[in-house]
Amino acid sequence: MSELFEHFNFAVVIVLMMVGLYVVFASNNMIKKLVGLSVFQTSVFLLYISMSNVDGGQPPIIAEEDLHVAEGGGHDVVADGVAEGAHQAAEVLYSNPLPHVLILTAIVVGVATLAIGLALVVRIREVYGTIEEDEIDALDYEINLEGAAE
Amino acid sequence: MQFMSLIMTVFPEWILTHGAASVVVVPLMFAVLTALNPNAKIAWATVLAVTALCVFTSLGLLLQVASHGPIHYNMGGWVPPLGIGYYVDGLNAPILLLISVVAFLCTIYALPSVAAEVEPKKKGPFYAAFLISFAGLLGMVVTADAFNVFVFLEVSSISTYVLVGMGASRDRRALTSSFNYLIMGSIGATFFVVGIGFLYMQTGTLNMMDIARVLQDIGPNDRVVQLAFAFIVIGLGLKLAMFPLHMWLPGAYAYAPSFFTAFLAATATKAALYLLLRFTFTVFDPSWDFVTTALMILLAGLGILGMLAASLQAIFQNDLRRVLAYSSVAQVGYMLLGIGMATTLGLTAGYLHMINHAMMKGALFIAAGAFWYRFGITQVCDMRGLGKTMPWTMAGFTLAGISLIGVPGTAGFVSKLTLVRAAAENGWWWAIGVIVVTSILAIVYIGRIIEQAYFQPVPEIDGKPVVRNEAPYTMLIPLWIMALSALAFGINAEWTTSLAEAAAHVLDAGPNTIIPGAHDVVPSVIGGH
Repeated sequence: MSELFEHFNFAVVIVLMMVGLYVVFASNNMIKKLVGLSVFQTSVFLLYISMSNVDGGQPPIIAEEDLHVAEGGGHDVVADGVAEGAHQAAEVLYSNPLPHVLILTAIVVGVATLAIGLALVVRIREVYGTIEEDEIDALDYEINLEGAAE
Repeated sequence: MQFMSLIMTVFPEWILTHGAASVVVVPLMFAVLTALNPNAKIAWATVLAVTALCVFTSLGLLLQVASHGPIHYNMGGWVPPLGIGYYVDGLNAPILLLISVVAFLCTIYALPSVAAEVEPKKKGPFYAAFLISFAGLLGMVVTADAFNVFVFLEVSSISTYVLVGMGASRDRRALTSSFNYLIMGSIGATFFVVGIGFLYMQTGTLNMMDIARVLQDIGPNDRVVQLAFAFIVIGLGLKLAMFPLHMWLPGAYAYAPSFFTAFLAATATKAALYLLLRFTFTVFDPSWDFVTTALMILLAGLGILGMLAASLQAIFQNDLRRVLAYSSVAQVGYMLLGIGMATTLGLTAGYLHMINHAMMKGALFIAAGAFWYRFGITQVCDMRGLGKTMPWTMAGFTLAGISLIGVPGTAGFVSKLTLVRAAAENGWWWAIGVIVVTSILAIVYIGRIIEQAYFQPVPEIDGKPVVRNEAPYTMLIPLWIMALSALAFGINAEWTTSLAEAAAHVLDAGPNTIIPGAHDVVPSVIGGH
């Protein structure tokens, strides 16, 4: 049981992933399928965000004050500041920011997929008058049997 | 070697230094311009020019790899593993060339085909989506960054869903096929990205060579690494239509616009197959137990099942495009069987079949589109007399068809023979039996069409036989280039075999862990000019 709470995020990821997949396969309605697909993809976002966590780590943000503590009065204050900040970063523990950035890309991909999926459902509704898969199969049954293109 | 360096002087310097990036960047940039272009002719000309440039660039890359070894390109000058690296070697350079050549030939064919199948005002965006899909496929193949692979995989997939759906003006089933493809494709890509996530968790890096290096330290007994491998194989299996995961393929191939079907059938599964090779052999270690088991049981086993089941299904299809689509699933089985053997000869056979199949299936789908273009027919039973009404198109179809069956003297025979030799070397006699049986099944499903076309009378309309109505030259030229190359690679298989052997050599070498520093970005040859 304590194992579960230690890895609570991952337990949630698994539950969401399975719920999403189940909805995709089990539902007949195309919108519900897309909802399932979105839940499934979202579970992966959570997986990436969870893995970026470092025990006792702070958010990976170097505060502005830290940037200006650099002494020496060089013109390139910001560059010095970054170097100084990096120096401090070695002492302070930060979470890993890379998975956050990766998942930002994945979120955009997910949104694009969902948009295309919804656009297709709209067109399917216009053409078939339904978005239930079994009804669409029934409507196409004759065409599939004869094999006539129209 | 002298000849090689002579050819190298033909290529401008920017291709040699930035070729790896430009095959991706140029189509993406021109996609935007094409989308904004209201004139369909200019949009088509742009696509033709871009694909021609990509053929030229990837040829330059291939020759450079052949003469000077692998190319490392650091995107934006950031050195991997921190930056995103592009990497071209003997394994992916031929695939780049293959995708570019097929795209170029299909674009020629697109001029009449798209005019007939896509509404005029949608042509600009249609060509733009094609360029994005093209760039995505090239990006998947050229990048050495695991997450970048996912991004390009989705770039090409999302534009593919749109293009498949565009077939709806011809056949409404395109919409449901596209939707199914979207669901299956997204699940596949998400599985892949979960796998990449687990790899990142264990290795802390995304560069393929760096992952391979760290994995060598971790070793094969790590559960997370094994899990990552499983997710990646299943995700890519969905994308490359591995047998039980192929359900999206027949619909997508059958109802997409014929121009795009030809491109998709010849390239999309090949790019995913390349990724499978890249990950199994050069990122993971093929000598590890769980990888060996997966290769032997999963890939070879499912490959065999796919060859049998899909060939049988192809026989019972009424629609010509569905016959060809199921045959594609079966042919992917041949490639997986070769890869699953994991011997040099097996890998050579699988890779060779990838190249040859692209040419054959491209030609077959182009011909299928031409039949629809002239007579509006897609059913096998409507193909009576096509040998007389469209003799040149049908001859091209027949040539590619007998190559698909594997008649001696054709490209299909060469790759199947190599596969048989590889199976014999491994002692997999049952596999040889399956190859023979599926070749006989191929005779049935291709022969059925050829029989209709040549041995049935020309159909009559109002008491008069249908007159000869040949496809336009813009369709015949790409069809015959592909069909003749399927013949030429059979008569003289030296070039294709040497490419496949070079690729197998890369895979044999096992995990690739070399990341050169920034000073290696520009190959030394450039300094000589």
